[in-house]
Amino acid sequence: MLKFVKNHMESIEGIATYPMISLLIFFVFFSLLFWWVFTASKEHIKEVSEIPLEDNQPK
Amino acid sequence: MEVQQFSYDNQIVKKFIYATLFWGIIGMLVGLLLAFMFLFPNVTDGISWLSFGRLRPLHTNAVIFAFVGNAIFAGVYYSTQRLLKARMFSDFLSKLNFWGWQAIIVAAAITLPLGYTTSKEYAELEWPIDLAIAVIWVAFGWNLIGTMLKRRQRHLYVAIWFYLATFVTVAVLHIFNSLELPVSALKSYSVYAGVQDALVQWWYGHNAVAFFLTTPFLGLMYYFVPKAANRPVYSYRLSIVHFWSLIFIYIWAGPHHLLYSSLPDWAQNLGVAFSVMLIAPSWGGMINGLLTLRGAWDKVRVDPTLKFMVVAITGYGMATFEGPMLSLKNVNAIAHFSDWIIAHVHVGALAWNGFLTFGMIYWLVPKMFKTRLHSTPMANFHFWIGTLGIILYALPMYVAGFTQALMWKDFNPDGSLVYGNFLETVNEIMPMYWMRAIGGSLYIIGFIVMLYNIVVTVRSGSAVTDEQAEAPALTRVSSRRTLGETYHTWLERKPIQLTILATIAILIGGVIQIVPTLLVKSNIPTITSVKPYTPLELEGRDLYIREGCVGCHSQMVRPFRSEVERYGEYAKAGEFVYDHPFLWGSKRTGPDLLRVGGKYSDSWHLNHMYDPQSMSSGSIMPAYQWLVRDKHDRSDVEDKMRAMVTLGVPYTEEDIINAQTAMEEQAKQIEESLYSDPDFAKTYEEDKSRALSNGQEFVEMKDREIIALIAYLQRLGTDIKVKDTDQLLSENQ
Repeated sequence: MLKFVKNHMESIEGIATYPMISLLIFFVFFSLLFWWVFTASKEHIKEVSEIPLEDNQPK
Repeated sequence: MEVQQFSYDNQIVKKFIYATLFWGIIGMLVGLLLAFMFLFPNVTDGISWLSFGRLRPLHTNAVIFAFVGNAIFAGVYYSTQRLLKARMFSDFLSKLNFWGWQAIIVAAAITLPLGYTTSKEYAELEWPIDLAIAVIWVAFGWNLIGTMLKRRQRHLYVAIWFYLATFVTVAVLHIFNSLELPVSALKSYSVYAGVQDALVQWWYGHNAVAFFLTTPFLGLMYYFVPKAANRPVYSYRLSIVHFWSLIFIYIWAGPHHLLYSSLPDWAQNLGVAFSVMLIAPSWGGMINGLLTLRGAWDKVRVDPTLKFMVVAITGYGMATFEGPMLSLKNVNAIAHFSDWIIAHVHVGALAWNGFLTFGMIYWLVPKMFKTRLHSTPMANFHFWIGTLGIILYALPMYVAGFTQALMWKDFNPDGSLVYGNFLETVNEIMPMYWMRAIGGSLYIIGFIVMLYNIVVTVRSGSAVTDEQAEAPALTRVSSRRTLGETYHTWLERKPIQLTILATIAILIGGVIQIVPTLLVKSNIPTITSVKPYTPLELEGRDLYIREGCVGCHSQMVRPFRSEVERYGEYAKAGEFVYDHPFLWGSKRTGPDLLRVGGKYSDSWHLNHMYDPQSMSSGSIMPAYQWLVRDKHDRSDVEDKMRAMVTLGVPYTEEDIINAQTAMEEQAKQIEESLYSDPDFAKTYEEDKSRALSNGQEFVEMKDREIIALIAYLQRLGTDIKVKDTDQLLSENQ
């Protein structure tokens, strides 16, 4: 199988940086994500999570 | 603060619920008919538009886009208005979304049985319908985003994010996978060929599961489960992580549908890695859904809505555990092409999509019609018979998949296959097909009971009216972050920025996987002996596509000893460079056909198409008698060849001008070879003289459809078969 793939790999320039770029994208993405999540305030989380339960019927 | 009065559009929700019920029962009944065709292959004998190959895409499309699609719209239109405290942006767009979608479904229900298909799974509809889908989808997205812009709720609840991601990603997937070159009003060729077509198709196919069957339903879960349980979601923080990691990772997983195929290994491995990672966000979401019910399990005992939702989320958990496992190459080697995959998708469709839809309907209908559900015991009955149906459907299919795959791979000590005849492996699992049909029947009985229950509930209720609501208008705040506001909180009130970020998240995966494979087109190793199809073979290939042969026969011999022994040399990427579209298939109800060329005589194929059981006793292939009888319209072959030239197939102008003559010659040769069968010669001559003496029109054998199909089948896989191994090796190094 490899003989069919070898060509691909050889002909893409600078392929060695691909894994590095992928790793960086991932690391940055998930670091930011967890940073967002953990810095969100308790009150805010509580408020937003209760949006579906709000009742907007006219009194 | 000014309190504004407005109303929620309930009419549109009602319409979508009715459409969900209507198309649901139709899609499932077609599925049941297909299940019975495994047991009685010729139950629709001679009716081309009711043949298995044409009905299978109708079943998948009806269930995915008609049943689940309408359920998505019903749930999205209901919850979006309430989560944003605003009526939908435009009633016109809502109506356009509804009627446009139904018109597309009707168009599909007509064209698919008539054989108008691109053959790309879950994207079978031909190009005019593809255009209509794009327009209607944009109307939906416009309406959704418009509503966000005029909302009265500052923060966008997580369900809305899932809806947004659904809109954006389905649009991207649909457009790129449907790029096709029209030949006539209802015929087109995929712009991609072979390996590239396969990669784009399964990038689409997998993400149709991800962004049509999963993300919108997760949005519904995050709204309707808290609603039905009357408590907020277990962890809102977890739902944020769930959302971003799910959409970021899902988009990469497509190549796991092509393991051990001719797709480059790097793409296969990338697909495997991301598929394994997917278990984390998927299970995070499942746990979040289930734990929302913490402290409310007493309600689950008595409330049918919650019962359905619990089984739905459990089904989601099972299917998303199984998915990563199936993506491991060693597991996939067994499961792929077998009924195991059928079991896997039906756990997802019947439990996750079906049961969440049922739960939602049981909750919504009484609320909207301002009444109580007609009968709770009936809903409970539906729940139990439906659950039993799922189990009876899935378990036998797992056993069938395992049994058959292991039989395919079973060797004698002398190195020959124990079950050299494919049919032996089919006969072994017939009892499983029976149980599957029974399981499916139970599930549909449950659906019919629900239908009755809902109809009576609707009749006893009052007419659906727009629901009055009031909420303070949104005051303007700075578009920048306010004091103490974190970035994430800021983002949650910015729909446009959220949309853009979500789009970037899903594009990264698509671009990294697909662009290299498309760009290195010239590097897919070309094999000099691989030539374009002759005009007659091209026409035959279109018949193969029309009849949906790809639904049961793969054209992808994987590089396993068991497959090379059974079918012949394994598939090479370079063999498919002229295949617009690719026809690798995803299921082997019958044997692989990649190397079928030259394996049987022309007359064997003719007899086999006319009456499969006469050639292979016990075969479950249906008869294709119309192919043997009908005159073949080959008048637009020149247009087809020109389209192929545009796509890069090297036909010369001379080839195109001489196409009709070339077809005539090749057809004559096949007719002559058929005459070598004395039975054929006798009956054919008898038919001919009878027709002539009765003054009826007689279609010469060479002008019939079967001849083109035989031409194609005899060509399959022969381009590299004629070479001896040494020569091949030197060419491919």
